[in-house]
Amino acid sequence: MLLLPAGVYRQIVAACLDGYPLEACGLLIGEEGASGEAQVRASHPATNAAASARVYTVEPRDMLRADREAEEIGAVLLGVWHSHTHTDAFPSPTDVAQAPDPGWHYVIVSLRDSEPVLRSYRIRGGRSEEEAVVLQ
Amino acid sequence: MPVDVRLPTVLRPAAGGAAKVVAEGETVGEVFADVVRQHPGLRDQLLTPEGTLHRHLNVFLNDDDIRYLGRLDAKVSETDTLTLMPAVAGG
Repeated sequence: MLLLPAGVYRQIVAACLDGYPLEACGLLIGEEGASGEAQVRASHPATNAAASARVYTVEPRDMLRADREAEEIGAVLLGVWHSHTHTDAFPSPTDVAQAPDPGWHYVIVSLRDSEPVLRSYRIRGGRSEEEAVVLQ
Repeated sequence: MPVDVRLPTVLRPAAGGAAKVVAEGETVGEVFADVVRQHPGLRDQLLTPEGTLHRHLNVFLNDDDIRYLGRLDAKVSETDTLTLMPAVAGG
């Protein structure tokens, strides 16, 4: 379960809309709870180094900055978010194949329809499983 | 000389859960060799079978990506910190 402050939700969706027609991406900062609930505290937007409407690559230097921001507030990198500009908010085969950390949360924002749709997934062992997102 | 090596969460299980390893070396490659000596399970996550930097790994020497500093040949000093991060990408 991903506990997502409404302000962070708005930041993520706004960054996805700003990035359109390219895919946008960024990191989630927060704490992982003992019961499997992850508390998001901040979003750190990143440059999509791939500059593509189909794929994304988090600019490595942005990831370093996000890691330092997390450390400064006593938090960790919880996961990554990115937009799907023309498809559902569901992990693509590329998302599943390249998921870097089985402990992370993978948030996808679909811009395919008139209203953005945000969903979150765990990706482990080549399989994705949707998790609940609770807006706070 | 000892250098701090910060590990991302995905690599910590192979280092006994440690978030940071202190390793010796004059270059990034030597530091990596000491990290692997301490935690052999990290070998294949840091380096290719040929001994080059794994392409799914980004390594920063303080604020700089080692790809622009000579990769594994980049020189390190005692006050340096190496930060390892997974490459993050998808579709």
